[in-house]
Amino acid sequence: MKKSLAVALLLAGMAGAVATAHADPRARFMAANCSYCHGPEGKSRGAIPSLAGMDQKYFVEQMKAFRDGTRPGATVMGKHANGYNETEYAAMAKYFAAIK
Amino acid sequence: MTIDRREFLKVSAGAAGAVAVSGLAGCATYASGNASPNVVVVGAGFGGSTFAKYLKAWYPKANVTVIEPNDHFTSCPFSNTVLAGINQMADIELPYVHIQKLVDTWVKDKVTAIDSAKQTVTTAGGKTIAYDKLVLAGGVELLFDAVKGYDAEAQKTIKHAWKAGRDQTGALRAQLEAMPDGGAFVMSVPMAPYRCPPGPYERACMVGSYLKKAKPKSKIIILDGNPDVASKKGLFEAAWKKHFGYKTDNSMIDYRPNNQPKAVDAKKMVVSTEFDDVKGDVINVVPPMRAAEICGMAGVRDGSGGKWCTIDYRTFESKVVKNVHILGDSALTNFPKSGSVANNTGKMCAYAMSEIFNGRTPDPAPVVTNTCYSGTGMGTAFHVATVFRWDEAKQSLVPPKNANGVSKEESELEGAYMESWAKNVWADTLALPESYNFTAKG
Repeated sequence: MKKSLAVALLLAGMAGAVATAHADPRARFMAANCSYCHGPEGKSRGAIPSLAGMDQKYFVEQMKAFRDGTRPGATVMGKHANGYNETEYAAMAKYFAAIK
Repeated sequence: MTIDRREFLKVSAGAAGAVAVSGLAGCATYASGNASPNVVVVGAGFGGSTFAKYLKAWYPKANVTVIEPNDHFTSCPFSNTVLAGINQMADIELPYVHIQKLVDTWVKDKVTAIDSAKQTVTTAGGKTIAYDKLVLAGGVELLFDAVKGYDAEAQKTIKHAWKAGRDQTGALRAQLEAMPDGGAFVMSVPMAPYRCPPGPYERACMVGSYLKKAKPKSKIIILDGNPDVASKKGLFEAAWKKHFGYKTDNSMIDYRPNNQPKAVDAKKMVVSTEFDDVKGDVINVVPPMRAAEICGMAGVRDGSGGKWCTIDYRTFESKVVKNVHILGDSALTNFPKSGSVANNTGKMCAYAMSEIFNGRTPDPAPVVTNTCYSGTGMGTAFHVATVFRWDEAKQSLVPPKNANGVSKEESELEGAYMESWAKNVWADTLALPESYNFTAKG
């Protein structure tokens, strides 16, 4: 049971579906940082928006707006956006966009 | 019981070869990326369970054993909502069955000894398990001896409810339900650092939200060992004023800084501080704490006069014992001791360890985050959020400019986010499937 699951996960990664096994490890870790609020693999179980499958350009634009304080109604994200640089925004955007 | 079939010992003879791999760590040991090192995780809370899940995802060849005495997870974050009557204990109890499927071996047992020279862990059930890497995620040990009279007998009456469970959180809720209107709820805040810095102040709000409806003549007396509100001060004081008349003659909340409980008398129902003997109808004393017992067994409680464990921020490896990594509340860091931090540092340790096992150097400049919501019990919440980045000069993880701060004010939106946070962090930590049906409310 557990072995078949592990194999399934590995295969999913190879197919690019989860982008877990072969993603850039740093990008993968930074994206995983988001999951306690946005859900495992960016799939939220509640009111906080999902990040999985989000358009890369939109993701980066929103992070810049959070950073600059120009996105209305922001709560926690201003702090988070100021903790990462634009290269990191792009790496996380790419990671989440690849999740189906 | 579902876990019994997993209670087999994978070590013994077969592990001897793998153990030989360890010894002198360093990346060269794992240069091939083909090793199957034995990784033993003690404690399946926010730190340990998250670590196990992510290490199996990022380095599937690791042979991961988790040792955990409880048969299910009980969440400390959100446990104050049980005191408010918003949730029942069952709503904050979550299953281990999903994370159990992802790891190689699950041992339902308590660790009784750790030999960091031989690199073995012994359990109460008599098992000895060898490790190449040991991950200690045991949370905190409560120091009852530091409060005179807080012995086993007194603990039957006076609950700390700082490790959530039916015999603590559930029992304290029952005491509050039995308290007469006009009664005094006396609660304490330990001296920092302690698990969940905003937790005591949130507890006052949550209990207040219940008393306001059910027993409005009652009082909440907060005995704080600290000189002032130790977390989210402005937001808590605003919430206390808005909802509980704080700083007025009719305040439900009586906040007393610099009032560390020195003694308790469970028969007379009195808490004594340096200044006062305070009588309560329900007493809730949270004693001082230090890193978990297992950290003492491993000899890694080297910091703060033997209380907490110093770690290398990039790997979470102990600074004094090789191949022992410490997660969550037990570690001496500049992170708050929160569920989010335990969850994310579990990933950070898994990231570093998977790099080492792949023969690479761990990320020299990692970044990690904390987001912590506190609820008022009145449908609103507020946050503190921080990003920590590696600072070479300080050899530490510190917040960059503008990457640390709190809410402007409490809001219903953040109340909804708090509920969502709980579901997502539980799902992330325990590998709960997308179909999992949560029952907890914010």
